[in-house]
Amino acid sequence: MRATAADRVQTTTNTYLICAVAWLVPGAGHLWLGRTQKCLVFLIALPLMFATGLWLEGRLFPFQLSEPLVALAAIADLGIGLPYFIAKAMNAGAGRVVAWTYEYGNAFVIVAGLLNMLVVLDAFDVAQGRK
Amino acid sequence: MTSHLGLMILFAAFVSVIFATLMRDEPREQLAFGARLFGGFVAAGVLLGWLLFPFPL
Repeated sequence: MRATAADRVQTTTNTYLICAVAWLVPGAGHLWLGRTQKCLVFLIALPLMFATGLWLEGRLFPFQLSEPLVALAAIADLGIGLPYFIAKAMNAGAGRVVAWTYEYGNAFVIVAGLLNMLVVLDAFDVAQGRK
Repeated sequence: MTSHLGLMILFAAFVSVIFATLMRDEPREQLAFGARLFGGFVAAGVLLGWLLFPFPL
């Protein structure tokens, strides 16, 4: 087995920094850990999935605590990191409920965020030397 | 691509690519695992669609 930068256990501070970077830019945590191929896949596929969801007229849900499911969807949306803030800044993600693609769009946007959360957990495991 | 089946296939492709990349380290294994996942997602989607056919909402 070859020893790479990714195989070395990171310090605690570094691990959390890696997780923060991995959340903000999909795939960046893996790049930091020397897993370039995985980084490229995440960097392309996740924002593309998120953008497809917005193109399908999905909605970026608001943090509405009176509606728990809406709040959960908002947290999932936020999971994608920087693309979420870019979309917000561009006033994208208003959602059009009457569009037949609306629910599909929501599924793409929400799942892209959730998948990025899994990617962050994977980066955490790699940084801890578990993978 | 903008049909129910097309969007389901696109969704399955995205999820398969991410899961395969997460769960396998070698590109060859990723490809094989991703293809199996994708096939499973699409087959399950079509099967469930047909099972739901007699029960329209």
